[in-house]
Amino acid sequence: MRLSEHVYRTIASIRGPLLFLDRIRQVRFGEVVRITAPDGATLEGEVIKIEGDTVLVQVFGETRGLDTRSPVLFSDVVKRVPLSPAVIGRLFNGSFAPLDGEPSYVPERWGPISGAPINPVARARPENFIETGYSTIDALNTLVLGQKLPIFSCAGLPAKEMAAGILANARLPGSDFAVVFVALGLTHHEYSFYMDVLTEMRMGFTAFINRAGEPVIERLLAPRFGLAVAEYLAFSRGMDVLVLITDMTNYCDALREVSTAREELPGRRGYPGYLYSDLASLFERAGRIRGRPGSVTMLPVVTMPEDDITHPIPDLTGYITEGQIVLSRELHQRGIFPPVDVLPSLSRLMQQGIGPGRTREDHRRTAGLLYRHYARGRELRRLETIVGREGMSPRDRHMLDFADAFESELVHQGETRRTIAESLDSGLALLGRFGLRA
Amino acid sequence: MTGRIIAIAGPTISVDVRGLCLNEIVLVGSAGLTGEVVRLERERAVVQVYEETRGLAVGEPARGTASPLTARLGPGLLAGMFDGLQRPLERLLERDGPFIAGGSRCETLDERRAWEFVPLKRPGQRLLAGEIIGEVAEGVVRHLIRAPSDGEIAELSGGTFSLGAPLGRYCDGSPINACQEWPVRRPRPYLRKLPPTVPLVTGQRVVDMLYPLARGGTAIIPGGFGTGKTILEQSIAKFSDVDLVVYVGCGERGNEMAELLEEFAGILDPWSSRRLMERTIVVANTSNMPVAAREASIYTAVTMAEYFRDMGCHVLLLADSISRWAEALREISSSLEEMPGEEGYPTYLASRMAGFMERSGVVETLGGGIGSLSMILSVSPPGGDFSEPVTQACLRSAGAFLMLDSSLAHSRHFPAVNWFQSYSLYEQPMVRHFSRTVGPGWGEARLRCRQLLQREESLREVAEIVGLEGMQEADRLILHGAERIRQEFLCQNAYEPEDAFSRPESSLQRLEAILADQERLAGSMAAGATLDELLVTEGQHAAE
Repeated sequence: MRLSEHVYRTIASIRGPLLFLDRIRQVRFGEVVRITAPDGATLEGEVIKIEGDTVLVQVFGETRGLDTRSPVLFSDVVKRVPLSPAVIGRLFNGSFAPLDGEPSYVPERWGPISGAPINPVARARPENFIETGYSTIDALNTLVLGQKLPIFSCAGLPAKEMAAGILANARLPGSDFAVVFVALGLTHHEYSFYMDVLTEMRMGFTAFINRAGEPVIERLLAPRFGLAVAEYLAFSRGMDVLVLITDMTNYCDALREVSTAREELPGRRGYPGYLYSDLASLFERAGRIRGRPGSVTMLPVVTMPEDDITHPIPDLTGYITEGQIVLSRELHQRGIFPPVDVLPSLSRLMQQGIGPGRTREDHRRTAGLLYRHYARGRELRRLETIVGREGMSPRDRHMLDFADAFESELVHQGETRRTIAESLDSGLALLGRFGLRA
Repeated sequence: MTGRIIAIAGPTISVDVRGLCLNEIVLVGSAGLTGEVVRLERERAVVQVYEETRGLAVGEPARGTASPLTARLGPGLLAGMFDGLQRPLERLLERDGPFIAGGSRCETLDERRAWEFVPLKRPGQRLLAGEIIGEVAEGVVRHLIRAPSDGEIAELSGGTFSLGAPLGRYCDGSPINACQEWPVRRPRPYLRKLPPTVPLVTGQRVVDMLYPLARGGTAIIPGGFGTGKTILEQSIAKFSDVDLVVYVGCGERGNEMAELLEEFAGILDPWSSRRLMERTIVVANTSNMPVAAREASIYTAVTMAEYFRDMGCHVLLLADSISRWAEALREISSSLEEMPGEEGYPTYLASRMAGFMERSGVVETLGGGIGSLSMILSVSPPGGDFSEPVTQACLRSAGAFLMLDSSLAHSRHFPAVNWFQSYSLYEQPMVRHFSRTVGPGWGEARLRCRQLLQREESLREVAEIVGLEGMQEADRLILHGAERIRQEFLCQNAYEPEDAFSRPESSLQRLEAILADQERLAGSMAAGATLDELLVTEGQHAAE
């Protein structure tokens, strides 16, 4: 134990965001360091490797302008997050510095940035329905409190409009509700869009904003800050917290960039082999705890590179999360909003969240019928491209019409918010019109 | 054997402790985090730490324990829930709260719990190590207690005892304890291995009928995300006809574990009508728990499974998913800067996997009884691509391959077992066994079912081009029959209590009924009726 701060001027080399220092004594793994650049600016960094008295430091922020004579202060503490209810309503950058011009608050306590894993035995089964206002989610891929359900989007699809719609329309059983918004590598255009949505919302929110031009490494920190705050609000303050992270693809690219700088062995498409564990350390922080109020629900947005769902980012995400909402370019081009393709979409926790006492008694059956008939219609569309509509039996043509109506009436809802009852009723009406209610 | 930490790189640290041996457990830092020696060099030992190393400082103490990673085996394991290092999760929850803190240690078995011991040996008798000295009734099993070492009994009394005190003493004064430690990476001994001959009934129609599993056999379930691996594994854990299930949640979702625990505490085992949890041991190392402990978790689990196998139990080990274990192996290997093999996995992936799967089997135990250990492992191939190294490594040792198909899953056909690419090497002996015990028609029904599905596959291509209307009547009948087999036989709803479990007898009945209908329709069609007419009249009959 040193229990004191030490300053060294022994930088041996600087490589991108990495500093190598010599002759350092008794350093801690994960210790926070502060580097003073020649122009007087201070940068923060973290010890990521120690070999004898040689230390490798990862710098958060831009290392441009640093020289090897810059003083480095070793703080003897690992990175921690200031926690307080005062965090609600505040706006921070990716290093937890306020962006809203207000001074920092006095923390009630400090928490570890990566949190601690929830004991699996302590977890409560997620089973409380969240009404998002979208039929494709509420009726067919139901979201529950404590779930992590990503939105798989493609470049150019309205994922942000959909995420914004969920923020604006989500209704929860409880009243103590907060949003934590984490923006990673956002363009200014997207940033201002989201800020408008957040400020119009009636609920409290905390935002961590890293924009496209800001340091890449902060993209790795911001979601951890956001989740530490969310865990605190949920499990120490009993609030139901919705965490929206956009865009996880930028997070993974940042991880790849840093991993390459560290000269680690690249895995598939250059992403590090530990991408799965790293993503899990974020996503698994969603959940509920037995005997305590509060929950952390996560809605990460993932943009699938080249629209490819087997790309490592959506692939590994899908293995960790409890389902996925997949957006379709084809539906979008036909002017359908939200363009959710319900066939590859899935909510693994749906079964517990629906039915009598939760949504409605006929929910399971109605959803099952809609699914089955729509899947049949979609299958027939392939046939239609080969034999043409004329070559098909009247019954098959009927199913094709059903699939079209399903998309234009049930999936498409534009700006309108639907309650779960409205969603199920319009599903039933659709089935009834086509004589498929049996 | 103490020293200091000299280097730290994530979970891999180096210490300057002398006299350590490979795989020895080392306690590092002031918090006493557990780690395992993975490499010895001239002046240092490289240690893989099983816990979060953030905050650890160079210069902090390290101490060898002179023991490899072991599992504690004794009464109280059943219905238990442990992490990858066999720490009891429920007692950690009571003591530390809902979050798992680093460096916390807790006795695996409850030392205060009272047990009833019935001795089978008397003072004065000479014992050999491993000989049975008595038994403890623990729920569904007669828990056999074995002698810890050779020696003559001085004292051994029956009655109520707890693990805190020994059961008796040897003449040389050493204690006779009811529980023992076993190094997890070393297979437990047995007399000899026997070939698998008895089916492992899973209650899943598609598995029991088409790809039967064997007691003592191994099976893998590969499938992309959303294809229902976990649901299938959990269904098998619930309904298979074994004495004991060890379920390893290896690097998977925490919420799924919560679901499993809650469900198993509530529902009954269809074979014994006791609560499912009473015959289950859960090892949970979720994806956000330390990677090195994930690597160890399957060994901890298989050691407990072998322990019960040695009592003559039929044990089933389910791991979800083995790919996460392989990834943990890869992470550890790359942090040791080993030369990578295919896709970054270490080149010893296949041999480690084979070594693990070889711990399954039907054995004659040291006591002379018969026990079995079966394994069903799910595999999560990236991008659903089965040519990747983990699936391929598993295929070399696995006796059955239940391939989950994402196109079946998308059309909500569950369990999404593909019926062309899956296979079971236990097919012949198991079909013979089912024909003998369930019904003589088993083999015949199975064959006709497969033929029908096979014919359908080739006809579907035709149907895609000419449309259903343009097909011959006989071919349409085949499509009709195959559709019924898919919907009414192969599909099984895990959420419907009536349907989730199907005894082999009712599976056979169901299949034979469908095949008989086919036969009848074919007869009527030979007499000149068209399929559409027949289906209309069938529909009317059904309505009445």
